[in-house]
Amino acid sequence: MTVIGDILHLLTTADLWQAALAASVLLLLPALGGVISERSGVVNIAMEGMMLTGAFFGVVADLAWHNVWLATLVAIVAGGAMALIHAVVSIRFRADQIVSGIAINIFAAGMTVFLVRRIYGVQDIGHVGPSELLPNLSIPILDQIPFVGQVLFQQNVVVYIALFLLVLVQVVLFRTRIGLRIRAVGEHPHAADTAGINVYWIRYGAVITSGLLSGLAGAFLAIGISNTFVPNMTDGRGYIALAAMIFGKWTPLGAFLACLIFGLGEAIYANNSTIHVSQYLLSMLPYILVLVVLTGVIGRSNPPAADGIPYVPGAE
Amino acid sequence: MRGITKAWPGVIANNGVNLTVRAGEVHALVGENGAGKSTLMNILYGLIHPDAGEILINGTHARITGARGAIAHGIGMVHQHFMLIPVFSVGENVMLGREPVTGGAFYDHARARKEIEALTQRYGLALDPDARTGDLPVGLQQRVEIVKVLYRGANILILDEPTGVLTPQESIELFGVLRDLVKAGKTIIFISHKLREVLEISDRITVMRRGKVVGHLVTKETNEQEIATLMVGREVLLRVEKKPAEPGPVTFRVENLTASSDRGVPALRGVSFELRQGEILGIAGVEGNGQSELVEVLAGTRRATGGRVLLGDRDVTAFDARMERDSGIAHIPEDRRGTGLVLAYSIADNLVLGRQRAPAFSWHGMLLRTSAIKAWAKRLVKEFDIRAGGIDVLARTLSGGNQQKIIVAREMGNRPRVLLAAQPTRGVDIGAIEFIHRRLVAERDEGTAVLLVSAELEEIRSLSDRIAVFYEGRIVSIEPADTPEERLGLLMTGGGSGTRTGAA
Repeated sequence: MTVIGDILHLLTTADLWQAALAASVLLLLPALGGVISERSGVVNIAMEGMMLTGAFFGVVADLAWHNVWLATLVAIVAGGAMALIHAVVSIRFRADQIVSGIAINIFAAGMTVFLVRRIYGVQDIGHVGPSELLPNLSIPILDQIPFVGQVLFQQNVVVYIALFLLVLVQVVLFRTRIGLRIRAVGEHPHAADTAGINVYWIRYGAVITSGLLSGLAGAFLAIGISNTFVPNMTDGRGYIALAAMIFGKWTPLGAFLACLIFGLGEAIYANNSTIHVSQYLLSMLPYILVLVVLTGVIGRSNPPAADGIPYVPGAE
Repeated sequence: MRGITKAWPGVIANNGVNLTVRAGEVHALVGENGAGKSTLMNILYGLIHPDAGEILINGTHARITGARGAIAHGIGMVHQHFMLIPVFSVGENVMLGREPVTGGAFYDHARARKEIEALTQRYGLALDPDARTGDLPVGLQQRVEIVKVLYRGANILILDEPTGVLTPQESIELFGVLRDLVKAGKTIIFISHKLREVLEISDRITVMRRGKVVGHLVTKETNEQEIATLMVGREVLLRVEKKPAEPGPVTFRVENLTASSDRGVPALRGVSFELRQGEILGIAGVEGNGQSELVEVLAGTRRATGGRVLLGDRDVTAFDARMERDSGIAHIPEDRRGTGLVLAYSIADNLVLGRQRAPAFSWHGMLLRTSAIKAWAKRLVKEFDIRAGGIDVLARTLSGGNQQKIIVAREMGNRPRVLLAAQPTRGVDIGAIEFIHRRLVAERDEGTAVLLVSAELEEIRSLSDRIAVFYEGRIVSIEPADTPEERLGLLMTGGGSGTRTGAA
């Protein structure tokens, strides 16, 4: 009883919700990437690896050039480059997209560790100075609103960007011509092709976009929330984002709701000092939530009809 | 199209084909599966590039590369398998690729709706632009395809086997639409192997066989027999030859059977009939009135919610598919590729499916006797004229007609007591239809009780000894074999009054 009471008390604090929003944004960016990629018909489980690659190159660039914006750009491009590999393998060579995704995740984990050793030797990779981190930004006046002000308007700059991207992706996918075409390609590429739409270009674009978003999430993790690179620091967040995408039924807003739930679990764990229960149990919370979600609490959700199926022109 | 030639490794799909279509006519292109019709049309539509030959449109050369090029030349194709996205609205499907936009990028719903309304009014094609496409009946989905092609400004419409998926009523509506389109100045190329339809709708006919044009005909001056002979290359029996039935004792009895559809709504609402040895009972009806569910219940793949099925005096109502099969009920399922065959298996493996536990084919139901299976397969392939490179060829690679013959061979191979034949000739060519019809009658003459379900009224009328008409999950009437088509059509749509009500 006291545990539940503690958690309930925690839920009334603005600190918790502030942390929860930041944690969910870290999931939201790759989840948005997943939504775009899979809506175009390419299964993407490689957000984990793209994020990790982004995190690593972000830190490397920041340490080298002492410019956080340039570093963020490098992280985004690095994520996009990993996505390009996935795109070429699964679109051009029509390989199994799950296998390609797994390969990229393993490759990213190995490559980053290897490069850390290679570049920095045995000693630590080093820490980024406070002035070279993605800054927190308080919105004047709005941040003075009680509770809401702290939760929504005293956040890292990436949080604002992510929330803007959330709205953007939702609108683009469901209100614009390019969105209609992306969804058409993911549902019935043959129909899209006969309507004069270039299936391959749409898919390349969508997969690469998912990498750019994941790279941004990597930057946020490594040079926003943290200030260094640690091997495997993404800690499964790319997979949780994948679960959030499914939970959200392949829609940006739905995925965001799911990210909020997972982010809340993470924030509760991070603020566990007032809760009298093993922190190991609490650390499992986000993952347990993922399993519960995947066992179908949300009911059946239908992926895009051609999700995961390589497009072969002329074949039925 | 002049001198079109296209060779694939091993086959010449089109060999010096000439096709002349006049503006404002309905031109039928007929031929058996594999005759090269689709290749020719894909060349015209720019999806395949010919090795030789040229295309002229209104007297000028046209180089067509890809679907976009075809559209630019005013050629539109209504594909046999619809190029529609079920989860999109009708409007979105029609507009796709040529969407109206506002503000540079936003899909313009209002204008899409207006454009479609203008098109549908002009050609008399009623459609709701906001309906979800996947919820529409097949006939309306096809209409969406036609509107889609018209929206792209097509003057020449290619329709690839358009009636294959339609009910008779929907086909009649389609023909009305096609006539209106011709009146509006459109030209139509109609691909089919249903000769009655071709005679009904077309002005001129081009017949293809094995990649060559074997005849240019004027519809008014020809008949079914002439076209069929050209198509197949020999005299074809269009009428089924059969003696009057000599029905034996009742062997299969269905009493007040009820069952639900996949969506959980009642599909069978009390069906009763008797089936005698040595007779064919035809089930006529518009598709979706419970015929599919009836066959599934009888074959043991769907649970009955009430009533009884008796084989002889044995109650087989609750039998599963294996028990039904073992007790002598054979089943030709309506979905050839989904339930009838394992496409990734060889012909031999498909032919033994369902019998693999029999002592003749396995030791103690464990190890397969491959030589016995091979011998069995070879016998059936020969007896049922399955044309393939050998018994180890994968079922996937065969034509529809040969695939269907595998199923027919397997199901008839062991003299069943009852044969459930659902859509036994759907999507197969004339030669195979002729063959399967002959075998069904032969099976009847051997004393098998045959239940024939078909969406083709002509097939029902020519094969059946009695005809049960299905409407909304009930048998509304059991009619003699020579009942006029008009009367059956009326009963099938809920009109008329039955002579013997099947519902208890």
